[in-house]
Parts: sequence; structure tokens; C-alpha cells
Amino acid sequence: MNAANDLFLVLPELVLLAGGCALLVADLYAKSEARRASYLLAQATLAASAAATLFVLWGTGGALAYAFHGLYVADVLAHVLKLAACGAVSAALVYSRRYLLDRGLWRGEFLALLLFALLGMAVMMSAASFLTLYLGLELLSLCLYALVALQRDSAAATEAAMKYFVLGALASGLLLYGLSMLYGATGSLALTEVARQVGLAVRGGTQQTFLVFGLVFVVAGIAFKLGVVPFHMWIPDVYQGAPTAITLVIGSAPKLAAFAMAVRLLVNGLLELAADWQQMLAILAVLSMALGNLAAIAQTNLKRMLAYSTIAHMGFMLLGLLSGVVGGNWLNAADAYAAAMFYTLVYVAMSLGAFGVLLLLSTRGVECETLDDMKGLNRRSPWTAFLVLLLMFSLAGVPPTAGFYAKFAVISAAVNAGQVGLAVFAVLFSLVGAFYYLRIVKLMYFDEPAGASAVPQDRGARMLLSANGLALLAVGLLPQPLMGLCFVAIKSL
Amino acid sequence: MAFETVLFYAFGAVLLAAALRVITARNPVHAALYLVLAFVTAAALWLLLHAEFLALALVLVYVGAVMVLFLFVVMMLDVNLERLREGFRQHLPLALAVGVLMAVEMALVLLHRWQGVAAPPRALAPEDSNTRALGRLLYTQYAYAFELAAVVLLVAIVAAIALTLRRRKDRRLVDPAEQVRARRAERVRLVSLPAEKDR
Repeated sequence: MNAANDLFLVLPELVLLAGGCALLVADLYAKSEARRASYLLAQATLAASAAATLFVLWGTGGALAYAFHGLYVADVLAHVLKLAACGAVSAALVYSRRYLLDRGLWRGEFLALLLFALLGMAVMMSAASFLTLYLGLELLSLCLYALVALQRDSAAATEAAMKYFVLGALASGLLLYGLSMLYGATGSLALTEVARQVGLAVRGGTQQTFLVFGLVFVVAGIAFKLGVVPFHMWIPDVYQGAPTAITLVIGSAPKLAAFAMAVRLLVNGLLELAADWQQMLAILAVLSMALGNLAAIAQTNLKRMLAYSTIAHMGFMLLGLLSGVVGGNWLNAADAYAAAMFYTLVYVAMSLGAFGVLLLLSTRGVECETLDDMKGLNRRSPWTAFLVLLLMFSLAGVPPTAGFYAKFAVISAAVNAGQVGLAVFAVLFSLVGAFYYLRIVKLMYFDEPAGASAVPQDRGARMLLSANGLALLAVGLLPQPLMGLCFVAIKSL
Repeated sequence: MAFETVLFYAFGAVLLAAALRVITARNPVHAALYLVLAFVTAAALWLLLHAEFLALALVLVYVGAVMVLFLFVVMMLDVNLERLREGFRQHLPLALAVGVLMAVEMALVLLHRWQGVAAPPRALAPEDSNTRALGRLLYTQYAYAFELAAVVLLVAIVAAIALTLRRRKDRRLVDPAEQVRARRAERVRLVSLPAEKDR
């Protein structure tokens, strides 16, 4: 337990913190609106943090390591999720640059808050204690509230930020209440100690009442962060109200953090109570898949439609998390959790691409956000239309895209766990979901364009979108490497 | 019953009553004052647990600073309470149903296998002072969490400034450095005008 080793393990977080602070100062000297230096500094920080993560992974050899008196844990799960989050934030920067520049929102605070939000996510991913998990969550949420409100002159954005803030504060309160119950029942904040105490209590048959009582609130807190029914109220309004670039940020990397939070709390800390929380997750999953997919059909606003689709996708992801333990036996747990992780990673890539398209098609003063804006995209830009086709097929779960394999993995995990009813339900609602994704494909290829405006030129974003779409295809054709990585990550817990 | 137990229940009752009034009081100023009462009684409970430093910090920071600011805001802002209450009656049945359901569920979970609460951990009574023990823990075992809390505060500052700072367009601020750097060519422009002819 020496200081040098502790600092070595938190290197990715340290890099992010230093980069964020340096950016706050450096941006004061920005000369032009384009802020090239700040932008490059932010991207360099992200790259350095990813490199630091790899360095730590290489240094520890993937072994489990604790730092700072058991407040921080470095395992493969944390490393993989951090790498993915760095990549997602970096991609978000590339996608959103021109959009924000056009709207006068490309400010130093945006970049700095984004880096600090990523710091919060990284802290959550490496949390080994209730305390660090909560602090990371607050750090992330605070940055996101501010980002949503960044467009101060827009009434919609302000309202969205207000809703997000009030509901987020309520969810934090629920989570803290649950955590304090668990602390009261186990006498510890450290997840390993909590797991040990819970194991003793479950096998000894004492004091379970308190644990389950606390668990309910913890699950509610997690459900809010994931945005699953009935804790989804904020998602449609925030997704629609925030500027599209901010929606892209909220809809991508924070899902990884929410997944990490669920795994840390439920799997690391409360695996012995799986019989209880799996039931709760099953209710959440069923409601989310039903409401998300049905409500998305009725939307004409693309951002709102994608918001409901997020709810449905997170419901699907929960299918993996709730199929781990069957009758007190967790032999297949790693498979199921790896499927859920795979789903989250693929969803983040799809979400980046889908909102990236909206950003790419928005021009100065013209937002691309309704279904009509997609009409006849094939005439205007065949390649973009093809990429959107890939993204929509992936979101709908059509083979051979990554979305198909992700859905297949979680559904087969559910079937392996004997949850056949749930699996059938999931398949039915993914068919319902396919309708509104394929409607976009139909609008692009078979309808006349409403206006003859050309697709804006933005080489960076276009290349990234191509890479994003083709990556989904590649992962769909060759899912094994990523799936293997997820499996290794879950095994490292 | 020991005297401390009597005190605990007395303070606990006041705390609960005050907390209830915070959300039921019609006047926001009253609600804020009840919140002050809740903080003070919570501090008294901490005193009973021998957590003197925390109790004093709660009174100083929350009652002394945060709540005063809060009261200022409540009094300064012209909040139209009637508009805030508009939806109250309309949403009351649903809210009541959900609330009662939640309460019943919680009660069922808790009463189902009631085994009593485990004895609370014994109050710490260290030889050296409470404050020192707390400080030592904060800067050794919880150093990481402490630094994270600092980052959260930094973000709060950045966010608050980013959201509220507006540069006025009509300000007359002059940058001295720019003034000193000015050259003659930038200030004076020589224009040659044709000489006027006599009529």
C-alpha cells in the first residue's frame, strides 16, 4: 500500500484531471472562435488517458489491484470501460465540433466539462466503495446538468436541464438512502466487505430485511441512471431539449458508466442477493422494452424517437444482467454479464453514430431532427444514406450487424437462465422496434427529398461516421474478439 | 430509560416534525426556517453520538451559511406560489395512490420479518480529540474521496460561471495594454481635402 503504486494505478484519472485543469487555463488565451489549441489539448488528454489506461493494464498484467485504502480498484473491467469511454468522448468531440461552432456553443467550458464528466465516469468504473461510486456519479451528473443548460438562450434546453437536475437529485437521494441502509446492515462502505457481510447474512438467515429494503432504493438509483421505465421520465425531454451535440454526449459514454455502476453495486457488492434484484430488473426490463418501443413509434421528432429507443435498448441490456444467477448457481453468470457488457458497448457505438448523423445533417440555423428531414437522403448523399441504413439495421437488430449479435447474446443468456417467457417477450418487442427503424430506411430510399440542400461538408465527422458504421458491420460479422474481451473483463471482477 | 435515550427520542421527534413541516408549510420562508430547525436538531443528535466536530460543522456551515443564502434567495425571488400549486389538486389522486402504495410496500418489507434493529455502534470516545481523529482519517484513508470532492466543487464553480456569466455588449471597459500598444497610424488618419475655391 505505497503511495507510488496508488498513483500509478490512478494514472488515467490523474491525466484527465490535469488535462481538464490545463484546458481551463489554456482556453483563456484562445484567440479565435475555432479554439484549435483547446480542441487539440482535449483530444490529446483523451489519448493520453487511454494510453495511461493501457499502461496500467500492462503494468498490472490485468491483475486485480486496490489503491487508496480500498477506495479504488483496477481490474480489466475498469480498463476496458475506460478505454471505451475515452473513445466515445473523443468521437463525440469530432461529431459535435462543427455543430457547436455554428451555434456559438463551442466554448472552453464545453471541453472542460466534458473532460471532467469523463473523469467522473472513470471514477465510477474503478469504484471499490460506495463513497467513490457516489462521488463519481455526482461529478458526472453535475457536468451533464451544466452541459444541457449550456445553451442559455434556449427555453427548451433550460427546461430540459431543470427537469434533469430535479429528477437527478431525487435519484441521488434514493440511491444514497439505499446505500445508507446497506451501510447500516453491513457496517462497511467497501464493496468487498459489503459482499462478505451480505454473504454471511444470507447464509445465516439474519437481517435480510434491511438489505432488501436498501436494495430497492439502490436499484431505483441505478434504473434512473440507465433510464429504464419507470425511472425514464427525464430521458425524452432531456434528449429532445438539449442541443443535439449534448444529447450525443449524454446518450453515449454515460451509459458505460451506468453499466459499470450496476455491475459494481449489484454484482461486486450484492451478488448474494441476486434472487431479489433479478426480479426487480426483470420488471424494469419488461416495462422498458414495452414502453420504449411502443412510444417510439408515435414520435415524429428523431431525437425523441432515439430517446425512447434508448429506453428500450437499456431494457434489453438488463436482460443480460438479470440472467446471471439461476437458483443460487452462478456458473453461467460471466456469460450473461459479458453479454450485457457487449450490448452496452455496441449500443454506445450505435448511439454515437445515430446522433452523429443528426449532427452531420444539421446546418447553420437548420436542425435536422424530424422524420421529414431524412426524406430522400439517398438522392442527396448515397454514402451517408448507406451508413444510416447500417446504423438503423444495427439498432433494429438485423443481421449481419453488431446490433443483431448483441440482441442474440442477451436473449440466449436469458434462455440459458430459463427465462424463456422474457426472451419471447424481448423478441416480440424487438420486432415492434424494427418498425420505426425501418421507417427511416424507407424515408431515405423511397421518398422524395423535401428540400434539395446538400449534405454539409465536414471531412472529419464524415470519416468518423464511415468508420463508425463499418465498425458496426465488422463487429457484427466478427463478434468474437469483442465478446472475448467482455468475457475477460467480467471474469476479472 | 437513560437520560440520553430520552433526549434521543425528543430530538428525533422534533427532527421528524420539522422535516415534515418543511414539505407541508405553505410559506417557503417558513419551510426554510423549519429546515434550519431540522439541521439544528440533527446536530444535537450528533452531539449525543459524541461527534462534536461534525455537529458544530453542521450548524456553522448549513445553518450559518447555506440556509442564510437560501433564505435570501427565497425572499429575493418573486415566486408566484399560486402558479406552483396549480397542478396540485389535479395530480393529487395519482400522487396519493403512488405514495400510499410505496408506504405500504415499505411497511410490508420492514414488518414482514421484524427482528429489531441491531444495536447502534458504540459512540467513539477517543483519547485525543474528535477533530484530530476525523482529520487524520480524511487525509489518510479517505484522501482519494476527499480529492474527488474537491474536483466536484471545482466543477460546480466552472458550471456556475459558465451558466451565469454574461458579458455586456455595452460595457466601456478599456484594456490598458491595448492603449499603450496603440500607434499613431492606428489613431490618426490624414485626409487630404481639396482646397475650397472662392466663389
